Amino acid sequence: MSILDSKIPEGHISKKWTDYKDHLKLVAPNNRPKIDVIVVGTGLAGSSAAASLGEMGYNVKAFCFQDSPRRAHSIAAQGGINAAKNYQNDGDSIFRLFYDTIKGGDYRAREANVHRLAEVSGNIIDQCVAQGVPFAREYGGLLDNRSFGGTQVQRTFYAAGQTGQQLLLGAYSALSRQIGLGRVKMYNRHEMLDIVKVDGKARGIIARNLVTGEIERHSAHAVIIASGGYGNVYFLSTNAMGSNVTAAWKIHKQGALFANPCFVQIHPTCIPVHGTNQAKLTLMSESLRNSGRIWVPKKKEDAEAIRAGKLKPTAIAEDDRDYFLERRYPAFGNLVPRDVASRAAKERCDAGYGIEANDTNEGVYLDFSSEIKSKGRQAAFAAGNHNPSEEEIISLGKKWVESKYGNLFQMYEKITDENPYETPMKIYPAVHYTMGGVWVDYNLQSTIPGCFVAGEANFSDHGANRLGASALMQGLADGYFVLPYTVSDYLANEIRTGAIPTNTPEFDEAEQRVNDQINKFLNTNGTKSVDYYHKKLGLIMWNKVGMGRNEQGLKEAIAEIAQLKEEFHQNVYVPGASNEMNPQLEKAMRVADFIELGQLMAIDALQRKESCGGHFREEYQDAEGETLRDDENFKFVGAWEYKGDDINNEELHKEALNYEFIKIAARNYK
Amino acid sequence: MASKNININLKIWRQKNANAKGNMETYKLDNVSTDSSFLEMLDQLNEQLINERKEPIAFDHDCREGICGMCSLYINGEAHGPDRAVTTCQLHMRKFKDGETIYVEPWRAKAFPVIKDLVVDRSAFDRIQQAGGFVSVNTSGRTMDANAIPIPKHDADKAFEAAACIGCGACVASCVNASAMLFVSAKVSQLALLPQGKVEARDRVLNMVRTMDEEGFGNCTNTGACAVECPKEISLDNIARMNREFLKAAITSEA
Repeated sequence: MSILDSKIPEGHISKKWTDYKDHLKLVAPNNRPKIDVIVVGTGLAGSSAAASLGEMGYNVKAFCFQDSPRRAHSIAAQGGINAAKNYQNDGDSIFRLFYDTIKGGDYRAREANVHRLAEVSGNIIDQCVAQGVPFAREYGGLLDNRSFGGTQVQRTFYAAGQTGQQLLLGAYSALSRQIGLGRVKMYNRHEMLDIVKVDGKARGIIARNLVTGEIERHSAHAVIIASGGYGNVYFLSTNAMGSNVTAAWKIHKQGALFANPCFVQIHPTCIPVHGTNQAKLTLMSESLRNSGRIWVPKKKEDAEAIRAGKLKPTAIAEDDRDYFLERRYPAFGNLVPRDVASRAAKERCDAGYGIEANDTNEGVYLDFSSEIKSKGRQAAFAAGNHNPSEEEIISLGKKWVESKYGNLFQMYEKITDENPYETPMKIYPAVHYTMGGVWVDYNLQSTIPGCFVAGEANFSDHGANRLGASALMQGLADGYFVLPYTVSDYLANEIRTGAIPTNTPEFDEAEQRVNDQINKFLNTNGTKSVDYYHKKLGLIMWNKVGMGRNEQGLKEAIAEIAQLKEEFHQNVYVPGASNEMNPQLEKAMRVADFIELGQLMAIDALQRKESCGGHFREEYQDAEGETLRDDENFKFVGAWEYKGDDINNEELHKEALNYEFIKIAARNYK
Repeated sequence: MASKNININLKIWRQKNANAKGNMETYKLDNVSTDSSFLEMLDQLNEQLINERKEPIAFDHDCREGICGMCSLYINGEAHGPDRAVTTCQLHMRKFKDGETIYVEPWRAKAFPVIKDLVVDRSAFDRIQQAGGFVSVNTSGRTMDANAIPIPKHDADKAFEAAACIGCGACVASCVNASAMLFVSAKVSQLALLPQGKVEARDRVLNMVRTMDEEGFGNCTNTGACAVECPKEISLDNIARMNREFLKAAITSEA
């Protein structure tokens, strides 16, 4: 057997989790206070895990780098959370959610994990409502739903454009309750910088207090990493400025395999890049594709005139617009999955039809004028006005749009200084989410015993492309409904262990590794800032390991990143000292890890000689430009083992994917 | 609308650490794009400082899309600056003039001590939440079906509007009394408006208000500055609702 044992239970897919859960070991309530658990990260997965384990009676220590657990980047998720409730009576079921997620992931996710996710999805909504999460409701007082990409049912629950915020505040409230009760000790403004292993098992972490700079040792019987994704490898992404891969990458260096790093989601609807001082990109929720139509001009000269500022989009006649998603994918139209929508936008811009006057002309329109008219007419009729004027229709339609998407429209106007009620939004794809992550088995345990990984930080549920509104679902599923069972099963063998001392050689060694790295950065005394290198890395990644990848570009990227790594370590300038708040030092440590991971992403993309989901190898496409999977040779999870400083030496392990309950097919949204 | 570049002067609060004495420092920054956000402008200034081998300015920030509540800054005498309904990360340089002098200070409140430069400690807000900002329900998922209790849309919408608070602390920074009433009342209101939260409404409001007072926030004198500067436009109605909840709890005995 390979070192990758997925531990997928036997039995029918619909029974696996229930049967398995019924046979997991338990820890009696009187033993739980003797056991310590560390949780790194307080987004949906981390907060929900810490709250649940604290509630059960374990001693939990939770860590976040922000000034409060409520700031974690789950908070920025806008559109919604999926659940197979079938409240809308449109044929939804656990199986359909399972099927849509596997298909959406282009058949590169594990059946058993995804089915479990669909099974618990309904409980998530029940749990959140019980906590006081204010989901959107209909006039009858029941919960409202909307559609998201890649599905033909309405199963997405939402709270305006702030669903992530409301869900995170729900999990934060559960966590706060446990902190107040003394079951969870919270460490704000702390960053995990290494893991400590004793006899091969995860036994603690080394963390830096970001206020004092103090290096701290924390021991535990199990460590849960819920530190989010690695989109900031690209410098510009929709991630928060502080989002980083350091916790995940450090455990990788200590023996946890890293799976499918090349699977990155480029989200189709973000505000286009505007300048070189830009620090991040802003997402416009996928929910907007329920109401907006994506188009570019049919004529190249119109696109040129728009870019030159000589023509307004509203002046282009209906017949001269190319609604390219509706044209290419009539069955799903504007609601095709994210990877498909992103590539289609890139295809039009590469062909010269982009409408944004930035360096690369990268931008397409997202237009609400049709929706404003149709909803305005409906609203007029509902109010008894069966002969509304054009003005009445438009005014009512704008009100309807405002009630659904008001905060998103406001955000767009603040950033761009353009009014999206009057003129179409300009959008373009941007790095948003990473499907790849630390390899975990069915228990969400990494290849380091006692080290579990949850949420975006693991690789498990989304294959090569994540469907919209599924990240929130996965984070809460992992934290509330999976880890409490599987971590307890692991901890059942730890009831006699006793407290783990921190004055041991293993802690000394790990702390030394951290101190060495900090001292090296502070003494390099080079000439360029950390951001200088981060931006360079981002450009290489975006251009060569981005939406379109090919063998030559990937080989160049691997060499360029290796070169960049060398320059970075020789010539970076990190001001300040170690024993104080030092944001530049924090950033330097994170960028060092991004550079190494960036190289591994390119290596992974090079070995995967097929196109699937968000991974588009230009050599592998069909006559219509769609992804061409190679199930015979690449129906596996590619998990990489660290082999020392030169990332080129990492060793690939393959976990074969078996589809017993879903018939694998070409992904078709036409 | 078209972007252009402006040159600005900055007067920024510098303070080495919590115990040091701070002062305003003057900086000149050229070629700032009016399309830049205020924090991108500070990034640009920090890059300039690093290149001059000077210590960059510490400021809190994370999501940069107005939702995490981490960014702060008192800009030209206003929390989150001159624009309305935005956080500092969504404030854009097109709101400033070429040649303008911009004053940048941290939140000032006894309950929010300065950690360094523009970074303050807002953990008092967390402690208020821990005192009662939750529904005491375990995370079993085995509650009742989410649609078992219909909630009037009007109540759900009001609860959502209160829940939109991002916990940034602009209300405290804007208040002459450094009162946290808008923040606390938003959470009290959200949960008091929903059937799930009503069960514990009495204890919640008493515990949260007690903790708010213990943390050293001032009292509310109804100036309304908090609601004007709130980036999420949290309404003063919430304070009125909390006062009703508090009064009801304070004058009635436990059942």
